[in-house]
Amino acid sequence: MKEFLEGSHAIAEIIKACRPGVVSAYPITPQTHIVEDLAQMVADGQLKAQFVNVESEHSAASVVLGGSAAGVRVYTATSSQGLFYMQEVVFNIAGMRLPVVMTCANRAISAPINIWNDQQDSISLRDAGWIQIYAENNQEAVDFHLLAYRLAEDKRIMLPVMVCMDGFILTHGMETVDMPEQEKVNKFLPEYKALYKLDPAEPISMGLLADPDYYMEARFAIQETMKETIGYLSEVSQEFKGVFGRDYGDLLVEEYQVKDAEKVIVAMGSVCGTIKEVVDAQRAKGKKVGLLRIITYRPFPYARIYAALKDVPKVAVLDKAVSLGACAPIAAEIKATFQGKKKAPQVISSFVAGLGGRDITVETITEVLRRLNTKEVNSDFIDLKLELLKEEYGD
Amino acid sequence: MFGPLTVKPPKSKGDKTGSWRVQLRPHYLHKDCIACKMCLFICPEGCVRGKEKNTFSVDYNFCKGCGLCAEICPKKDIAMVAEESKGEDK
Amino acid sequence: METSPLFKAGHTACAGCGQALAAKVVIEAAGPNTIIANNTGCLEVFTTKYPETAWGVPWIHSLFENSAAVASGIEAALKYLGKKETTNVIAQGGDGSTADIGLQALSGMLERGHDILYVCYDNEAYMNTGVQRSGLTPFDTNTTTSPMGAQSSGNIRPKKPMPEICLAHGIPYVATASAGIPQDLQRKVKKAISIKGPKYIQVHVPCPLGWRHETNQMLNVAKLAVETGLYPLFEYENGALSGRRQITPKPVEEYLKSQGRFKHLLNNPEEIKKIQEIADYNIKKYNLKLEA
Repeated sequence: MKEFLEGSHAIAEIIKACRPGVVSAYPITPQTHIVEDLAQMVADGQLKAQFVNVESEHSAASVVLGGSAAGVRVYTATSSQGLFYMQEVVFNIAGMRLPVVMTCANRAISAPINIWNDQQDSISLRDAGWIQIYAENNQEAVDFHLLAYRLAEDKRIMLPVMVCMDGFILTHGMETVDMPEQEKVNKFLPEYKALYKLDPAEPISMGLLADPDYYMEARFAIQETMKETIGYLSEVSQEFKGVFGRDYGDLLVEEYQVKDAEKVIVAMGSVCGTIKEVVDAQRAKGKKVGLLRIITYRPFPYARIYAALKDVPKVAVLDKAVSLGACAPIAAEIKATFQGKKKAPQVISSFVAGLGGRDITVETITEVLRRLNTKEVNSDFIDLKLELLKEEYGD
Repeated sequence: MFGPLTVKPPKSKGDKTGSWRVQLRPHYLHKDCIACKMCLFICPEGCVRGKEKNTFSVDYNFCKGCGLCAEICPKKDIAMVAEESKGEDK
Repeated sequence: METSPLFKAGHTACAGCGQALAAKVVIEAAGPNTIIANNTGCLEVFTTKYPETAWGVPWIHSLFENSAAVASGIEAALKYLGKKETTNVIAQGGDGSTADIGLQALSGMLERGHDILYVCYDNEAYMNTGVQRSGLTPFDTNTTTSPMGAQSSGNIRPKKPMPEICLAHGIPYVATASAGIPQDLQRKVKKAISIKGPKYIQVHVPCPLGWRHETNQMLNVAKLAVETGLYPLFEYENGALSGRRQITPKPVEEYLKSQGRFKHLLNNPEEIKKIQEIADYNIKKYNLKLEA
């Protein structure tokens, strides 16, 4: 049913429909509305979950770890500093193969402290072993949470899933969303039956010490599952289309006018909406440009990206994050895609934009496309205020 | 898929920590035992078994020879003897 | 054949380990319908080195500081499933993981009122990493990070009052116990399990390796701590002192000379006096002295 509502509210609604048993989160801007809504739903008896108000994000993640280990569907949400505070629990959850689903309302990282959107937080946790999916708009944000539970609880996967949505832009943006009906949700997402759980009826020990004789195989197994998940994403996407009608293709990437493009921008998240506008405007003027939107960041769809971009002469990668002292993260992966391959773009330029919530405008994107005419650049920061940079400490 | 690393109790046989004993092992005299069950209770390994008077014994596969049972026995019916002494059932 | 299906022999604790004994007593008292969340530490390491486990009950280890939070999640899940009434939840850890790094998670668990028993195995230092000083290391104790030296008598701070901190959260049951008096520990665990809400039991557990004493003296050393007044055994129910183990106080020197970690104090009457003051304070506060 179509509704016009704030992104956070839409997320709360879909989480309610997914029927988690334990919800635990710690407040942090800009995730707060999601959690407040869920609390209200529990208070009104609409959501029959245990809502645990914790004293930190580390504990929020630990509570959902415990709840999931006890065989119950769980949910948490966080951003930025909160995600970093729970980092060791995040790695722990993946290592223990627990199907936790978390919303990351992408927000910049301190210092300096900044509550606005960029993707440094979730990208910095890319090594954790979580599946990471990035939404472009609120419809996707809603649908991806449904897909997240379906993927996480798949007995062939059993890995936690992080659904990333740009803070404020999506969480606080009002959009029309086709909210899935409960019966269809129930059909797509059956009740969770744990593969392993803490139950006195069948005791089990979880989280054991693995010495050098066992640790590597456990980590290798996650890597292998990640590789297999590339295929499962398509499968689950088709299932989703069958029930809800919306087609997310292979759930790995979206090719927007890439076919005959001479210049393609690679990007992730809500900025792709702006990029699509620029692509349309440029195409109307006869310029052959396109957008390759990355939907699933982990597992990284190397083969899919190779297939999409191998014949594109110029590629610009737009990162809303930076690896200080090295290449911007997504750009590094894009370049790795073509390493040692027969075909590759002539130019793969890396741009950093939008850090700390600085607006990425139509002009910004147009500028990126223009800079593709020059020689390859590495982690080029766009839209800097040069007059600020002229100031010196102690002036 | 391999993992996660979980273990169900029946699958675990435990380490044969009896091999840790180098000096002493408990010898149950079976003379003055009153079946107070303290030896069974305080063994950190939980490897003492028995029910009636003078029926208590130790599973030497696991006994580390800490000597707590001998120390706690109110009737001094457990002696710590040299590990090499013969005549003990393993 | 082992006698205890809930805490099986074949674990790799040191011989004479007080924590192993206490953990066995705790889980046997709680029974098979119990789920345990365990912090990182000696107990976790020596009971669950893959592919072995000493635990006959469902058991989970996550991280060093979060067993109270993990247990909160387990308890919430059981409530959701309607199974909390028939299942006990225990969160446990050492003194370091309880009083220091895990204090926040524990405080949150107590404040939220979860129906969980928290057991702190207090061997008075970070033993698993090699006897480093923790918030529960007693005054003047020799540890590797509070060593005695030419200019030091060891740890310069008193024990963090963890039972009092838990009590201040307004929880229905707080108790201290000792591995040296295991029947008392057993009784306290059974009582705690029967109470609804958050419970805290702190068990004094000698570490023969870290405290430097003979393995077969573990129970005696633990008893001396109680009998000198240095480790008072008491119970608080609903905020009121409901029980304490009365003693005929022995001089603290008897306790100090039983372990190598206090050896440096034996020719230092000034320091022994300070420790005696700690014992006397406890004896007075809890009215421990047995009247003739």
